[in-house]
Amino acid sequence: MINANGTPVRLIDCAKTFPDGTRALEPLSLEIKGGETIVFLGPSGCGKTTTLRIIAGLESPDRGGRVLFDDEEVTDQPIEKRNVGMVFQSYALFPNMNVQQNVAYGLKVRKTPSKELASRVGEMLEMMDIHNLKDRKIDQLSGGQRQRVALARAIAVQPRVLLLDEPLTALDALLRERLRVDIDALLRGLDITTVYVTHDQAEAMSLGDRIVVMSHGRVTQIGTPREIYYSPANRFVADFIGTMNRVKGTVQNGVLATSAGKIPWEGGGSGEVEVLFRPENASIANPDQAHLRGRISTSFFLGDRTRLLVEGIGQVPLIIETSERREYRQGEEIGLVIEPGSLLTLRD
Amino acid sequence: MKRTRVFYWQFAFTLLVCAFLIVPVIMSIMAGVTVNFFQGIKSGMTLRWVFEVWDLYSETIYLSLLISVVCLACTIVLGVPAAYVLAKKQGRVARMVEEFLTLPLAIPGLAIALALLITYGGFRDFRMSWAFILVGHVLYTLPFMLRSVLAVLSSADFRTLEEGAASLGANFWQRFFGIVIPNCRSGILAGSLMVVTLSMGEFNLTWMLHTPLTKTLPVGLADSYASMRLEVGSAYTLVFLIMIIPLLMALQLYGRPAKPRAVVEEEVEEILSAGASGALALPREGGR
Amino acid sequence: MERREYPFLAVLVLPVLVVFSAFFLLPMGRLVAVAGTGPEGVGAYIAILTTPRYFESLVATIVLSTLVTLATLAISAISGLFLERNRFAGRGILVSMLTFPLAFPGVVVGFMVIMLAGRQGLIGDITKFLTGDKLVFAYSMAGLFMGYVYFSIPRVILTVMAAAEKLDPALEEAARSLGASQWLVVRDIILPGLKPALIASGAICFATAMGAFGTAFTLATNIDVLPMTIYTEFTLRANIAMAAALSIILGLITWVALNAARSLAGSTVAAAA
Repeated sequence: MINANGTPVRLIDCAKTFPDGTRALEPLSLEIKGGETIVFLGPSGCGKTTTLRIIAGLESPDRGGRVLFDDEEVTDQPIEKRNVGMVFQSYALFPNMNVQQNVAYGLKVRKTPSKELASRVGEMLEMMDIHNLKDRKIDQLSGGQRQRVALARAIAVQPRVLLLDEPLTALDALLRERLRVDIDALLRGLDITTVYVTHDQAEAMSLGDRIVVMSHGRVTQIGTPREIYYSPANRFVADFIGTMNRVKGTVQNGVLATSAGKIPWEGGGSGEVEVLFRPENASIANPDQAHLRGRISTSFFLGDRTRLLVEGIGQVPLIIETSERREYRQGEEIGLVIEPGSLLTLRD
Repeated sequence: MKRTRVFYWQFAFTLLVCAFLIVPVIMSIMAGVTVNFFQGIKSGMTLRWVFEVWDLYSETIYLSLLISVVCLACTIVLGVPAAYVLAKKQGRVARMVEEFLTLPLAIPGLAIALALLITYGGFRDFRMSWAFILVGHVLYTLPFMLRSVLAVLSSADFRTLEEGAASLGANFWQRFFGIVIPNCRSGILAGSLMVVTLSMGEFNLTWMLHTPLTKTLPVGLADSYASMRLEVGSAYTLVFLIMIIPLLMALQLYGRPAKPRAVVEEEVEEILSAGASGALALPREGGR
Repeated sequence: MERREYPFLAVLVLPVLVVFSAFFLLPMGRLVAVAGTGPEGVGAYIAILTTPRYFESLVATIVLSTLVTLATLAISAISGLFLERNRFAGRGILVSMLTFPLAFPGVVVGFMVIMLAGRQGLIGDITKFLTGDKLVFAYSMAGLFMGYVYFSIPRVILTVMAAAEKLDPALEEAARSLGASQWLVVRDIILPGLKPALIASGAICFATAMGAFGTAFTLATNIDVLPMTIYTEFTLRANIAMAAALSIILGLITWVALNAARSLAGSTVAAAA
């Protein structure tokens, strides 16, 4: 939910070179709207965590870079003065304090009067559903519980910006999915500007109002989840988000001719081209009535659907999914119909 | 990172502490090579005190070196196999044995020396020889060799290595000498440095156990501080420092046995390739 | 594979067990026995509490060791943390300088104390220059205190630095993200994190100071710490039983201290005890 109460964040020309010479981040300028949840997505080393730490105040941008919170210049402010809330990948809960003391720490540092502190801590514990854990020691908590304590602690201080550094990475798949839903609900309910870093595209797609896809220290695309999924700006984004199939062919007179068949081509132009399309844009049809024809090389029964690898069409086997109940045999001839308008051509 | 005021205060404090530790050492070195300590440098530099030390105390230096080396040999022969056994049979008994072998560290050297004197003082030949001192040194330094090797053995996955070697046909001794020992290299080295350094500097035990004919370097030092002029004591200390500094430097470099991950992988490669080509030249257990 | 190995393992561990039993277990046993053979018999053990000379010696040693431990911990915490958390040119040299005296025998440390605080000592010269009075304290408890701190600092500082290295930096960043200043981070996160290491090395420091002999021997004129008392009982007064009893008690105290360290700190105890 984008709300005028949140603190907008602006990055201007923020780059980062580490003392050993590594260039972790190329100059980046970005405006984050108040109350927005923005997700930095990319593989390890793409610069997403560096960007987060620059916003947090744990790293300084190279000379010329500026960070502003709501028109206030915070570039030279260290993290302890920025009033942010941060959730670390390892949660970083203080082992010498119990749950309650952890959650209360930020308020204690701000010398909050004890009555107010107690009520706020109680509020947080209720909100994160960990009230029954308040006297537990940190090492007695499960991964999911620690995560909730970390969130409670970060939000308790009413930060201007909430920063989450891959908070779900340390959890197993089942827990991750469950907590993703919880975090999503939490973030929608709060008015806090949130910066979320992850390498998991499913997380990014479900949690972000906008996604910043990064690679090798650069931004490759910024957009809403839908924009990123349906209109990837380049090959990297297309491959990183979801699955993509590729086919080479020649366009002429409104038809894309490939070695495995012809597909109607909307849009002009002629010449050699490589097109991409997602598995869900292809459906299985009778080989005689299909656009493309190929052979099944392998089939994986996944329970709710069957994934097929089809060779003979692209250089690499295509990935097609179907929820038909029948069994597919290796070597079987198969026909594919491609949804009109779903073919993408992309720069690298 | 901007340097804050706190940084400079801590820096100054640390410098002061360093000075506290190092300045007297420098003073003592200077005193050892100055003609007259009371007059200071002005009286000129000389090596005569060092030569005098050599005249008076050279046997102590030889004896200390001898005892250190023999002590090292003993601790390796006794300690390395023991560490292996303790690492293999991890359990309550193993921990108790480790406790037991480490006890000499918990008891003041004085007490141990007293106990030895009371028990073995009667055996004249033994009592009068440097072996008597050696015994004390071995008791005191063995725990360090033990712990050092044990630390390395506990962290490396040597059990898997042994199983790998066993699956390729190696018997117990082949495994022990061919796999386990080479893998402890860093632990043995670190332990060795520790043992030699400690043995060279041991005084509490040695003072009680020594005789006029079996004086070690630290015993000689105490002697010279008490009865010789300052310059001689300083020169003697200088000689001691010259001997101990290389050891300390080596300790700093090799003293913390690193997890021998690379060594482990090396060994596995060797075993696998040796096994594959049937080139294991070690004697085999009967009937394979 | 397990069972069949037993005989081999026994062969490997037997030598050390034999040596230790013969040269440690047996003698210590005899020491305990001999302690009870003096004129007071087993009452010799009580004598440490009832005889003023011994009792004062014991108390003096305990008080001295405690003060040395506290001073060393404070100094080492400040400098150790400083060196571990900051990187600057010359840092390595400072670390080497601080750990260099690690291998000094007590006698040499005693000599160092004389260099600093003896009749021709540096401190004497400085105080003479500043105030006209020469401060000489090498041959008193103060000198012994200085000597004990001298050889304790290298050990404790190494432990502190090793423990500081293992601290999770994310914890500090989390505290800072919640607004904690540098001082609060040290008080609430770092010191609690170092607690096991501080307790462990503190106990070792205490035990070492209790049992130290060489330094007191070098500085001795009228210093009455327990190890010196034991020594004089044995060599000058030939009171073997008393010396044995006192050693056993001293040994017990140091053993208890070290065990307390281990149970409180687990394996963070540095090997260089």
